[in-house]
Amino acid sequence: MSGHDHGDDGVSRRKVLECMTWAGTGVLWTVTGGVPRSLGIIDSAEAATAAPGMSFLQISDSHVGFDKPANPNALGTLEEAVNKINAMPTKPSFMIHTGDITHLSKAAEFDNAERIISQTKLDVHYVPGEHDLIDEEVKLYRERYGRGTKGHGWYSFDAGGVHFVGLVNVVDLKAGGLGNLGAEQLAWFEDDLRGKSKSTPIVLFAHIPLWTVYPEWGWGTEDGGRALEYVKGFGSVTVLNGHIHQVMQKVEGNVTFHTARSTAFPQPAPGAAPSPGPMKVEDAKLRSMLGVASINFKQNEQRLAIIDTPLQG
Amino acid sequence: MKTLNRRNFGVDLGLALAAAILLPATKARADDMDVHIDNFVFQPAELKIKVGTTVTWTNRDDIPHTIVSAGKFRSKTLDTDDKFSFTFTNAGDYKYFCSLHPHMTGMIKVE
Repeated sequence: MSGHDHGDDGVSRRKVLECMTWAGTGVLWTVTGGVPRSLGIIDSAEAATAAPGMSFLQISDSHVGFDKPANPNALGTLEEAVNKINAMPTKPSFMIHTGDITHLSKAAEFDNAERIISQTKLDVHYVPGEHDLIDEEVKLYRERYGRGTKGHGWYSFDAGGVHFVGLVNVVDLKAGGLGNLGAEQLAWFEDDLRGKSKSTPIVLFAHIPLWTVYPEWGWGTEDGGRALEYVKGFGSVTVLNGHIHQVMQKVEGNVTFHTARSTAFPQPAPGAAPSPGPMKVEDAKLRSMLGVASINFKQNEQRLAIIDTPLQG
Repeated sequence: MKTLNRRNFGVDLGLALAAAILLPATKARADDMDVHIDNFVFQPAELKIKVGTTVTWTNRDDIPHTIVSAGKFRSKTLDTDDKFSFTFTNAGDYKYFCSLHPHMTGMIKVE
């Protein structure tokens, strides 16, 4: 993109978002009255101390086993992300991983991912990406992370007054379609929310964006809109996804949508390349396009603050 | 490096002739077709072939793909440069897609 105009005047929110995304800087977003407001570029350490409360981390798309030109050492950059997490001044309560832990669902890839991620000493709540379910018998992900989950691996839990729901939208994909939740999961989800107070903050996380980012590349979920119907009455809903290997954010009414960077390789902005495949960038630039997200929740504040921190830059 | 002397050439030619005689018409290699995957696209997206033709898909992306035709055939996951072949023994239209990236679709028309 050509957005090198970082001037303070006359830069639309969208422009700022794009610039932040591509400059790979950490930015803290707060929302007042439904309108997101950037507090400017901040150091992640500052952000962590400025906003005490329950915080958790999101990592995504570690693609352990990937060794192509876009990043010949995806395990190495995952390890850098973990070191970054371990150096954070405020220890997060736990971590979520929004899928594509491995590149090819090989046992050794799962083992390597676990060996590195466990060094955070955090509880990690996973959902699978399509790359985690391609072993012959489709059992390795379930064996490792499926305990206590329903269906293909969906579940919910509560932490710090927030209700978290991990959804699976990478199974039973239909020709010509997008990500898919399916009737069984949607019925479970509707039931899971039953009886919850509408003031309970909800966090939904899944691999493929639940909102339609770019259908030409399959970046969306066919029946994601149905899931969002169920959370309509809730005052605060945050949707965290991966899959597209870049930061994107959108706010619609009570719902904040956000996608995290990959720890393995960047992918192009929608339509900016012939395909959504791994994007080769200069070595010096790679780490500014990889990273993790930290999400901060303060009691009595409607919005969760999301800070994207690149591995470098 | 293998060098080809006249004796070996004679043997190879002999085997080739034997193979041609032993395998009449069941596998007309000249008619076999290729589909490549480049940039998340099947190329060609539509292929017209005769019954008995074998189609071989090759994944040339840095990302794995699959070839799935509901109820007809399903490849393993193809990593970079992996191939999958299927011989079409019945006429008909075979729609297929990548089960990992379902926006990738293709068609084999068998006459």
